[in-house]
Amino acid sequence: MIKFFLMVNKQGQTRLSRYYEHVEINKRTMLEAEVIKNCLSRSKDECSFIEYKDFKLVYRQYAALFIVVGIDQTENEMAVYELIHNFVEVLDKYFSRVVSETLNLL
Amino acid sequence: MSDVVERTLSALPGLLGQHDPGAGPGGAGGPGRVSASSRLGSLIRSITALTSKHEEEKLIQQELTSLKATVSAPTTTLRLMKECMVRLIYCEMLGYESSFGYIHAIKLAQQGNLLEKRVGYLAVSLFLHENHELLLLLVNTVVKDLQSTNLVEVCMALTVVSQIFPREMIPAVLPLIEDKLQHSKEIIRRKAVQALYKFYLIAPNQVQHIHDKFRKALCDRDAGVMAASLHIYLQMIKENSSGYKDLTSSFVTILKQVVGGKLSADFNYHSVPAPWLQIQLLRILGLLGKDDPRTSELMYDVLDESLRRAEINHNITYAILFECVQTIYTICPKSELLEKAAKCIGKFVLSPKINLKYLGLKALTYVIQQDPNLALQHQMTIIECLDHPDPIIKRETLELLYRITNGQNVVVIVQKMLDYLKESKEEYAIIDLVGKIAELAEKYAPTNEWFIQTMNAVFSVGGDVVHSDIPNNFLRLLAEGFDDAEEDHQLRMYAVQSYLALLEEGDKLYPQKFLQVMSWVLGEYFSLVPDVDPEVILTKLHSLLKKTFVTSETKAWIMAAVTKIASHTSCSKTVDELIQELSSSLDTCLRQYAFELKHLCEDKALMKNLLPFDASCTDLVVDASLSFLDGFVAEGLGHGAAPYKPHHQRQEEKLSQEKALNFEPYGLSFASSVSSSGVTGRQSPTGLSFGSDTSGNSAETGHKETNSLKLEGVRKLWGKEGYLPKKENKTGKGNEPQTVPCGSLLAGQVGEPPALQPDQGASLSEEDKEKQQLASTLFLGLGSSAGVSLMGKADTATQKFKRKSKINETQQLSEEASDLQNSAASDFGPLLDTVPINMEDSEGSVHTRLRKAPPCSSDTVEDNLAFETPQSLRKSMLDDRLSANRLSQSSLFADSNIEIFQPSPSAPCESASETPLVPSLPEELEELPHSEVVGLCQSDALALHLCKVWTDDSLLLIVFVSNKTTSALCAVNLVFEETEHFQILESATSQFPVIEAQSVEHCQKGMRMNKVCTQAILSGSVGYQAEMETHLEFSVTLSLMDFIRPMEMTTEDFGKLWLSLSNDVKQNIKMSSCQDSLSAALDTLQQKLKLHRVDIIGNEGILACQLLPSVPCLLHCRTHSGMLALWFRSPCAALPDGLLYQCQKVMEES
Repeated sequence: MIKFFLMVNKQGQTRLSRYYEHVEINKRTMLEAEVIKNCLSRSKDECSFIEYKDFKLVYRQYAALFIVVGIDQTENEMAVYELIHNFVEVLDKYFSRVVSETLNLL
Repeated sequence: MSDVVERTLSALPGLLGQHDPGAGPGGAGGPGRVSASSRLGSLIRSITALTSKHEEEKLIQQELTSLKATVSAPTTTLRLMKECMVRLIYCEMLGYESSFGYIHAIKLAQQGNLLEKRVGYLAVSLFLHENHELLLLLVNTVVKDLQSTNLVEVCMALTVVSQIFPREMIPAVLPLIEDKLQHSKEIIRRKAVQALYKFYLIAPNQVQHIHDKFRKALCDRDAGVMAASLHIYLQMIKENSSGYKDLTSSFVTILKQVVGGKLSADFNYHSVPAPWLQIQLLRILGLLGKDDPRTSELMYDVLDESLRRAEINHNITYAILFECVQTIYTICPKSELLEKAAKCIGKFVLSPKINLKYLGLKALTYVIQQDPNLALQHQMTIIECLDHPDPIIKRETLELLYRITNGQNVVVIVQKMLDYLKESKEEYAIIDLVGKIAELAEKYAPTNEWFIQTMNAVFSVGGDVVHSDIPNNFLRLLAEGFDDAEEDHQLRMYAVQSYLALLEEGDKLYPQKFLQVMSWVLGEYFSLVPDVDPEVILTKLHSLLKKTFVTSETKAWIMAAVTKIASHTSCSKTVDELIQELSSSLDTCLRQYAFELKHLCEDKALMKNLLPFDASCTDLVVDASLSFLDGFVAEGLGHGAAPYKPHHQRQEEKLSQEKALNFEPYGLSFASSVSSSGVTGRQSPTGLSFGSDTSGNSAETGHKETNSLKLEGVRKLWGKEGYLPKKENKTGKGNEPQTVPCGSLLAGQVGEPPALQPDQGASLSEEDKEKQQLASTLFLGLGSSAGVSLMGKADTATQKFKRKSKINETQQLSEEASDLQNSAASDFGPLLDTVPINMEDSEGSVHTRLRKAPPCSSDTVEDNLAFETPQSLRKSMLDDRLSANRLSQSSLFADSNIEIFQPSPSAPCESASETPLVPSLPEELEELPHSEVVGLCQSDALALHLCKVWTDDSLLLIVFVSNKTTSALCAVNLVFEETEHFQILESATSQFPVIEAQSVEHCQKGMRMNKVCTQAILSGSVGYQAEMETHLEFSVTLSLMDFIRPMEMTTEDFGKLWLSLSNDVKQNIKMSSCQDSLSAALDTLQQKLKLHRVDIIGNEGILACQLLPSVPCLLHCRTHSGMLALWFRSPCAALPDGLLYQCQKVMEES
């Protein structure tokens, strides 16, 4: 199950967040800060899955933007990893010009 | 460039807000135009421009203040409100609460036009959570929109329901949503299914009656609707796979079509057809095929096909392959598929791509228990991963190693885990690993010293985050000891010595839990070390007490230890000093301890008596009924004190007084229950038993031990000597790497890297050699002839710390009890039995069986208490129970309305004359209510038939074994498999040494339901010796109703019991025309469900039944306007749900 979906930039600012499980608003900021700290500390040749507390994070980086998905233990990490890309492709289709330009630059 | 993406993304909500009604969703121009014109756009731009968090906070607070003013102004138009809402969503998304806007979001959803409504619903689903009180205000809007003729409004309502909806309001929208399942538009059908999925998650019993409609959704012509229904099925099958086996072929067909590319190209992702759908289906198949060879058979082809189709190199196909592998290893194995899956795992593990490697390790961890050979194939990769720079990979590898640990490699593996622990800072990782180390150490410790040192490392590294089970289990292990007294002594002595040594290093800080463990052990076993003066220990403990970092809880532990030590030493200077010091302590607890100690010291004899040596395992007899207070209570009552009322009763009374209208059924019976629940109705909450605790624990360890591996057909790569290098590694001189003895890697000095023996004359690089040697120690015992089973039988024999199993004692006792009962039964026999004795053997066994049931009651607490009562008392109690049983038997099914299959006496004779081998029930069982005799399975030689007999205290399964051949069959062995749902009284196996030609033998099994479920499958097998050994498998479906019996009681008793029960379930169901009256409905329930009708008053009725052996369930029914309101209460949480389902079923049928 997907617990949350985050888009955070390298400065640690949340750009988009969606929670599928209720998290209190003041705890969200803390969670997001820790999540991005975890993602930023990882290098390119480390894997895109992180065990975090009792759940897992799957992240993907697009330029300076991180998309992070929190999932529970039953989920297939690789499937979620590709789901992120699928989401980006959908954005690309929806706002045809902007995203494709950006993605081409990657 | 990244800020362009950011702008695009943040413009998303802006787009929603900015569309003019009528503009198509894709028709938005460049985002530049949108963000330039919208206030949201400018808000976002100004936030992005800021550099510090502080500035951001200031700006947003400003924004929120202005928004607050706008939304609460009466002149604000809905259009403006919509715009404000979008900004509020954005602020809240950034973590700034904007609760003042919640109510306006609901209003917007209520009042706005299409677009405004859309934003309103969106805001509600983002702002509120399931239990938010404002959510109730949304229900009416949802109901209205669901009935709208505008499809968009219906869609929006369904969307919001599938995201968030109050649980208790489900009945208000359920019929409307059910109707939508037949809607002509597929998007509506799909959203309806999603809404029902949400309901299933939050209140499964409310949608039980529409399971058939889910089936229709599964077969929907639109793939989207079908895909949505899979979510529900995955969930339902997870909970009860046996109920959906018949759907296996449908799922297989769907997967075949998906894999074969029959779906429209819209579902493709990088030219892979509907990958996430495939994954979902593979999971469902895995759950269905688990432990079920017949079902697994159906899916082999499609799994093969999936594996083959997923051969393109793309991440998403790897995800599918991973799922395939898991499914293949979950279902009943087929060698070809296993081979392919193993190849797949190999590809993953060896891949240079790090994500794939992770996936491979995960898969390997999953399959390793079934196929340890795979670990051997990939041992070098595993070793590499163990030293991988990425800590996540390392951790996954440790998880893998944890699964393959055995007595021979435990030292190395635990060492690796401890190494990882020291680097790790993440709390969860520490808790998890520490738990694993403790478990492995307890299970496989090679020596006492190693065990104690490992546990020391666990406690000091784990600190205070370790789960409290770990110190508790450790202390229990020390206290209970093992089968060998000498070992016990050694272990305890070693523990004391090692703690003394640790405390020697004066100013080291130890975690509190570790200090607690130390002080308990020192207090309990200090005298085992003869050469240490107790005075020295006391001094150490005393100095600990003075430390500031020691918490008061730990100080209490230390004081307890001091007291114990003091009781075994003649006067001690330190103790006197300590008493002196603490008597004036600011900590009241410590002061209390000091006073107690002081008084105890004055009477050494009493102290010795109170604190005997090594008595931590002796059970204390607790007077749970607090009977010694009876005199006090009677005196109080005599002086006019009010009788004691239990907490829940007080609350109920308070509630009923507060209400103007009494909605509680039978509130009148309060008066009587109050007066009679004085002294007698009291039950002490302290009725705990030490015995039950420990026996529960040893049952758990016993369970772990029986996990054995299937190792048939595994190639032996590994001998006892350890790693056998493959050909390519062996190019130079065929040197045999030496096995490193476990001892040299002893974890004594935690910080040291494992010492490896030098290898002579090798052509391999140093590094490789090291790895190989590590491999030879890590994988020791895997696949070797001695350790054929990794965690199974071999280990039970070698396991060092075998706990003394208390359960044995308990069993012994219960056997004793049933013996007693048997003898009692035979005394009563002739008096009570009216059946003429013609089949002595079966007769006897039937009756003893009937009577044996009560003492094996699942209520362990009660049992354990019972065993502490003197024998004579117990006997008389049993006799009482027996006669009570006997009496109730005749009255049990006395309700003449109950439908029970009672074949006419001539029926079995007729059938018997046609085929001599159709069995019939023994005469004395014939009298009891029973089912038809049905065939279970048969082969050429043998046939199995089954008949269910519903006795008053259990369900009897009578299994008939008929020999169809003309020669005798030998060694027929009937075995039922254990399941979590059922308990087989006595043994699960039956043996017939010989069954004569053309004859029928039978055996009977008493059954109980352990875990409530509507129905579940009990499977078993029969083996016999004909020309060769043959096995037949069969399965029996047992339903909840097999275990439900009417429960006789008076209305008054009902009222009392009702108030004492806490789990309740309410539901309204429609009554069909033929059962318009309450009594007709109750008749149906009484006949079909064997419920006892207690009373009918006006339009209300009450019924009672019990789940065997004695779990009551009460039902209160009320009719109003064609609906029947059912209200269940029971002490067991799952029982009302199960019964509700049955009620719905019978009411729909009739």
